Amino acid sequence: MTARPNSLRLGPDAHGHFGIYGGRFVAETLMPLVLELERAYAEARNDPAFKAEMESYQKHYVGRPSPLYFAKRLTDHLQGAKIYLKREELNHTGSHKLNNVLGQIMLARRMGKKRIIAETGAGMHGVATATMCANFGLDCVVYMGAVDVERQKANVFRMKLLGAEVRPVNSGSKTLKDAMNEALRDWVTNVDNTFYCIGTVAGPHPYPAMVRDFQSVIGKETREQMNAAEGRLPDSLVACIGGGSNAMGLFHPFLDEPSIEMYGVEAAGHGLSSGLHAASIAGGRPGVLHGNRTYLLMDDDGQIKDAHSISAGLDYPGIGPEHSWLHDMKRVQFLSATDDEALKAFQLLSTLEGIIPALEPAHAIAKVVDLAPKKPKDHLMVINLSGRGDKDVYTVAEHLGGKL
Amino acid sequence: MSARIDARFKALAGEGRAGLVTFITSGDPDYETSLALLKALPKAGADLIELGVPFTDPMADGPAIQASSQRALKGGQTLKKTLAMVRAFRAGDNATPIVLMGYYNPIYIYGVERFLKDANAAGVDGLIVVDLPPEEDEELCLPALKAGIAFIRLATPTTDDHRLPAVLANTSGFVYYVSVTGITGSAIPDTSRVIAAVTRIKRHTKLPVAVGFGVKSASDARAIATASDAVVVGSALVEAVRQTLDKDGRTSAKTVKAVTDLVASLAEGVRSARRVAAE
Repeated sequence: MTARPNSLRLGPDAHGHFGIYGGRFVAETLMPLVLELERAYAEARNDPAFKAEMESYQKHYVGRPSPLYFAKRLTDHLQGAKIYLKREELNHTGSHKLNNVLGQIMLARRMGKKRIIAETGAGMHGVATATMCANFGLDCVVYMGAVDVERQKANVFRMKLLGAEVRPVNSGSKTLKDAMNEALRDWVTNVDNTFYCIGTVAGPHPYPAMVRDFQSVIGKETREQMNAAEGRLPDSLVACIGGGSNAMGLFHPFLDEPSIEMYGVEAAGHGLSSGLHAASIAGGRPGVLHGNRTYLLMDDDGQIKDAHSISAGLDYPGIGPEHSWLHDMKRVQFLSATDDEALKAFQLLSTLEGIIPALEPAHAIAKVVDLAPKKPKDHLMVINLSGRGDKDVYTVAEHLGGKL
Repeated sequence: MSARIDARFKALAGEGRAGLVTFITSGDPDYETSLALLKALPKAGADLIELGVPFTDPMADGPAIQASSQRALKGGQTLKKTLAMVRAFRAGDNATPIVLMGYYNPIYIYGVERFLKDANAAGVDGLIVVDLPPEEDEELCLPALKAGIAFIRLATPTTDDHRLPAVLANTSGFVYYVSVTGITGSAIPDTSRVIAAVTRIKRHTKLPVAVGFGVKSASDARAIATASDAVVVGSALVEAVRQTLDKDGRTSAKTVKAVTDLVASLAEGVRSARRVAAE
């Protein structure tokens, strides 16, 4: 492993590498498109007009800044760290996903692309993409695993209502991984007019860095808001991790503050030892899939294993390459929460704070239940509440049966 | 780079005809059937063989090759068994070039150095790794060239004149021109576009140019053979495998013959073509 650089916020290098992770492992047909995207994004990010338009949309359309809310009853209940919730679930469309989609769709318009494709797991990225496409009058096709179409019907309907075409994917495990394969197959076929709007900090360079940049608004606001509320920076940050975009968005602006602890919470499904989970760091190893090298769930022959999680948004056998790098560097600690732990946390936050979280951030809350009591009362802990739970009430009701 | 590939293309040039490159997925639907098929391909008319290394997530492949990969994996195929299959083939055929085609992760996990050593020993002549563009040459391409195994690159309609030199720089054996933007098994474009593309590539390289993606019949093969040094057929062959399987996906007595019959007719198409491409 290489020595830690002076700043952890400068990655990736010119080839899209975070240490050994990242890169551009794509078919030749896509390579010119990936290079074109890299050029277009480099131009846009240095264009004050692009920034100004984005800030205007963030304020008037997305509803930013999202509040940083002191969760008093949760804090009292756990009797340790002072817990704040970064309320990304209050964004338009109900999750952090729109932060990224807004940036990518503005970029797609700049590049003259009229057709947008996306993959989605829980449907939140699909809904966000369908939303921006409706707003800008662009064609939108969303690939979604057939299993996810079934367990996230409400989001499928939302996407259709917004004018998007939802294409169920029946190959492989019929979840997020296969939706991404199918989106890549679409992109390789429709190279001239199509922009691929990836929903997380993964894929070939420049996606991991670009999506991170668009999501970093979460951490930037948290810095200012915590300073305003407490006169200092937080002591720890906790976020759930599927691909890892909400976590990276919160963590990145704080990476060079060595005293701030960072916890990424993966989905342990039925438990790490069961083999039925989605914890790529805890149960995987470095490999190459979907355009990047990163930690992946696989067998000894390099065949990708299906992930398992109650949360469709975490049901992915990989993780963003920058997270893999930060893990090797020991800058971020990776934990995992099981389906059952997430279900308990889902109910806990609902009853204590009057906030129904999505099952994804319920995994983060589950680990806060372990972490917070061990911290002193002046320890400031921020949870990224990355989405709201309306989409999950049917899944949860099914699991809890008559117990609710 | 690879003696067998170079010798075969030289022989084809001597005969004044294009070659037929046949793709099958190793282990589809099981090891024994697949090996029998592999051994039968040269006699049926295959000049070169592309042997697919199955992968769970074949992102550039269409439904036919996706399904064949899944059949092979279900049958227990691994990269190690694919190399064993090549070794078994080489015991009876030391002339027909074999190129492994697949995705990087199984090779990466096998270990690049160990893989190249074992591939060389088994008699592999070249590699086509779909998700390794020239930007990632240090991963496998350069070590493969050093080990004496050809690294065959895909050139596509999106590979413009500006990019072509980079794509060709470390390519050896032959260039595989993917005639459409899309996944394997898509429709073939008209011959005039293929001729133009092959002519364009040949301005940049002396390597033979093979053309594929979408060739299904003898007449497709004949059309593409007029414009290229070799015609690649894949999806149609694995589809022929599928059509002979029983309802549980098991092989039948007809499997090998169905594929070799199709290969024979494709070979006839290729051999009957009148070459028009610029040399």
